Amino acid sequence: MTWTGFLSQFLEIVIAAALAPLLSGWVNQWRAWLQNRSAPSLLQPYRLLHKLFNKDAVLSNNASPLFRTAPYLVFSCMLLACAIIPTLSTDLPLAPAADAIALVGLFALARVFISLAAMDVGTAFGSMGARREMLIGFLAEPALLMVLFSASLISQSTSLATIVETLSQREFAIYPALALAGVAFTMVSLAENARVPVDNPATHLELTMIHEALILEYSGRHLALIEWAASLKLFAYSCIGLALFFPWGVARAQAPVEMLLALPVLMGKLALGGFLLALLETLNAKMRIFRVPEYLGTAFLLSVIGLLVHLLLSH
Amino acid sequence: MDNWRPISQWLHLDWVLVVMALWLVLSVAGVFALRRLALVAHVLFPIGGLLGLALFGIALGAILGTPEVAVLPIGLPDLPFHFRLDSLSAYFLMVLGGASAGISAFAAGYFRRGEGTPPGLMCLEYHVFLVSMVGVILADDAYAFMVMWETMALSSFFLVTANHRAPEVRSAGYLYITMARIGAIAILLCFGVLQANTGLYTFASMRAQELSPFWASTGFLLAVFGFGAKAGVLPLHVWLPEAHPAAPSPVSALMSGVMLNTAIYGLLRVSYDLLHLRLWWWGGLLLTLGLATALFGVVFASIQTDMKRLLAYSSIENMGLLFVGMGLTLIFSAFGMLPMAALALTATLYHVASHACFKSLLFLSTGSVLHATSERNLGKLGGLIRAMPWVGWLTLLGVLASAGLPPLGGFVAEWLLLQSFLFAPGLPLPLLTMLMPVVAATIALVAALAGYTMVKFFGVIFLGQPREEKLANAHDAGRWERAGMVWLAIGCVLLGLLPTMFIQLIDPVTRQLVGAGLGPQVATGGWLLAPNSVAQASYGPIIFLLGILGSFALAVLLVRLLYHGRMRRSLPWACGFPWGTARMQDTAEGFGQPIRQIFEPFFVMQRELPTPFDEQPRYRVVVEDHFWRWVYVPIMEFSAYLARLASLMQQGRISVYLMYSFVTLVATLLVVMR
Repeated sequence: MTWTGFLSQFLEIVIAAALAPLLSGWVNQWRAWLQNRSAPSLLQPYRLLHKLFNKDAVLSNNASPLFRTAPYLVFSCMLLACAIIPTLSTDLPLAPAADAIALVGLFALARVFISLAAMDVGTAFGSMGARREMLIGFLAEPALLMVLFSASLISQSTSLATIVETLSQREFAIYPALALAGVAFTMVSLAENARVPVDNPATHLELTMIHEALILEYSGRHLALIEWAASLKLFAYSCIGLALFFPWGVARAQAPVEMLLALPVLMGKLALGGFLLALLETLNAKMRIFRVPEYLGTAFLLSVIGLLVHLLLSH
Repeated sequence: MDNWRPISQWLHLDWVLVVMALWLVLSVAGVFALRRLALVAHVLFPIGGLLGLALFGIALGAILGTPEVAVLPIGLPDLPFHFRLDSLSAYFLMVLGGASAGISAFAAGYFRRGEGTPPGLMCLEYHVFLVSMVGVILADDAYAFMVMWETMALSSFFLVTANHRAPEVRSAGYLYITMARIGAIAILLCFGVLQANTGLYTFASMRAQELSPFWASTGFLLAVFGFGAKAGVLPLHVWLPEAHPAAPSPVSALMSGVMLNTAIYGLLRVSYDLLHLRLWWWGGLLLTLGLATALFGVVFASIQTDMKRLLAYSSIENMGLLFVGMGLTLIFSAFGMLPMAALALTATLYHVASHACFKSLLFLSTGSVLHATSERNLGKLGGLIRAMPWVGWLTLLGVLASAGLPPLGGFVAEWLLLQSFLFAPGLPLPLLTMLMPVVAATIALVAALAGYTMVKFFGVIFLGQPREEKLANAHDAGRWERAGMVWLAIGCVLLGLLPTMFIQLIDPVTRQLVGAGLGPQVATGGWLLAPNSVAQASYGPIIFLLGILGSFALAVLLVRLLYHGRMRRSLPWACGFPWGTARMQDTAEGFGQPIRQIFEPFFVMQRELPTPFDEQPRYRVVVEDHFWRWVYVPIMEFSAYLARLASLMQQGRISVYLMYSFVTLVATLLVVMR
């Protein structure tokens, strides 16, 4: 552990927290353009956060302390997730604390808390949202784990830093296993981030919404934290995708100069990823909730097939 | 004990025997204080808990020690009890002592006047149950093992039927004892095979036998059947969801958290200690059984509407995971991959301890809820975290551990298990190598479903609005109950945070069983749990927790500094819909609905749905599993048929019976004289 390690760790956390709303703004802007609407400013998410933080928090009469704790906890989980995913550098002092499996566990922890908080007030929408969120969670989580396992088998490690180092230094060749895993990962991350074929971040139609139903009772700073956490989650998933499938440009350990290059590369990749996400969302329609198990089951099977293909080819 | 030694030279085993003797004294004392509730509850049970704590401490010391043996002249002449305390039994004794300390403390506050069996009798059965479990774990010959095993089954049968006035409790008890008998016969036959015609039933002589693969496999299969019946492995699981809810909660906690472990212990003892042969298909069998059981258990847990049945199915799931771990260990050790075998076995043993902690904790919390509300049905609970904050928050810890979430105990075992799947490098059989990812995928699915189930369990009981009027004046758990639950919750947390230290305790056990251990490797990692190298895989729960708490504190601080902490209370928003009632919340059935739809082939469902024009709308859904219909009902019908055939002989006339005896006598004489 060196000072460059601590520096890159600190930079990663700060950049994740600062850039995450920008990514959401970028995706929203492109969505609006692609749908022939006039787009909100790129900085709109920051204004929203500032506005919400300034407002009073209104709590339901019967809300328990769990309800007030959950937004902070979810925010911390997402921040920690961003801290352990190698986005700028693979030399991260916090990274050994959690490998790929623990990262999935971290997302699950956040999901469980936000679902419990949604059930706390005891409105019909909240508990319905909690059930749907957990439904998507238990279908998506194994698929995500399998995607990460494909990468782990290739690099013989579940440590994210090692995975990224191995993948970025290999010769350019298309791994069929990674291709399948890539498709599965895209499907899972759309579901996990409440994106279009599964959920619609712009909807406020009560019966179709999932993520919005969960956070219906939140207001003020609590809502701001949850919104921020949601954009951090999108940021984290994008970074996992980039780290697994496009790992070039991430700085190695003991290479401070590479760090300088890593940031523009990351922003370039994220900009492209954000555009593709907006495109995907525009081209698809939201599916009925009953179809979601099929959709996520497909992702799960694809990721398992990816693993099997890897084992078959490596034999 | 051969001859009396001075106290200073007593071995660990002697002290364990002292604990057993004192537990027996307590149980006898219970008989003399049959109906004196205060005495039994506030004196006898706490002493029992302290003895559990003592057992915990003794066993902790014994894990690292050398095996100790004792011969007690109990029982038939020339057939003494052999006891032996080695690392494996010490580990299970430690889990037993630790869990029972918490459960006994809880029980001190739990039993009430006028509920079924009088308190003194409960005290008797409870402590005999504990003693017999210690005996099973210590036994070093088949005779002592079977006596203790049967005492365990009988005493727990009486505990299950404590509330014997209710007919469903009686039938649950009957089902339980039937399955226990069938399992015990298989175990008895297994020991019969293992003694290999020597007529010597001590484990020492069984260890010395070299069995042929056929006989070894026969013994192993019998052991899987016998111990599987106790662990609730498919398709022998039927008794578990009936018996656990029927028993009083401390007893359910003891059965689920501790007694099921004796089955795991027995299987480990037979397959790794008494048998020398390791065949890979044994492991494959355990793996398949375990996976099927785990998936079945968790799917059924997620659709239950009775909180104790839900936990019972969750126990089936966890036993399945333990079988998966044991199967994996067998496969690895059959191929001579000892470090991997040690990793899988470490995961299994870790899960034994964490399951004992969180499952006991959750059963105890259902006990508190049951006392406060006299409701077991999830559809009539809700919002209890406000009336019962202690129980609520402690249960939350158990729920998180049970859902396998970091940084609590359940996650470490899951993590280790997944590690051993991932890095199963080149098993000699391609088929197995191909199967590994599928198995890992199923494990991941089971873990994720466990999360769903636990959110349902906690959310429906403790969160939301109370679904019934009376829940508003539910009272929190008393001092004794709290103490027991806090102790178990501390166990869940410490198991989650200090895996490197705890694995040092598992290390001697894996060395004894598979000849390799993770201890030294893990010790080099310090706070980081890294079974192989940090570059390959590592998990640091303390850093993980500090990371979350640190950013939590920072977020709170920054929000307060840069903005404000103003807050108002008001009516819930609920999209501006003001007529919401507690009945409109999602129910346990609602939570089960997606699962019933996705996993439809798992269930036999009967549904009655109301139409929009019903005067009195009625919704009813009955869900059963296929095994009951396709396995148990045919067996029951067949045995009823046999019974009818036998009844043809029973004419009820004494002359006919005399003739039977006469014919039997003549037949016997013919055989003997020939």
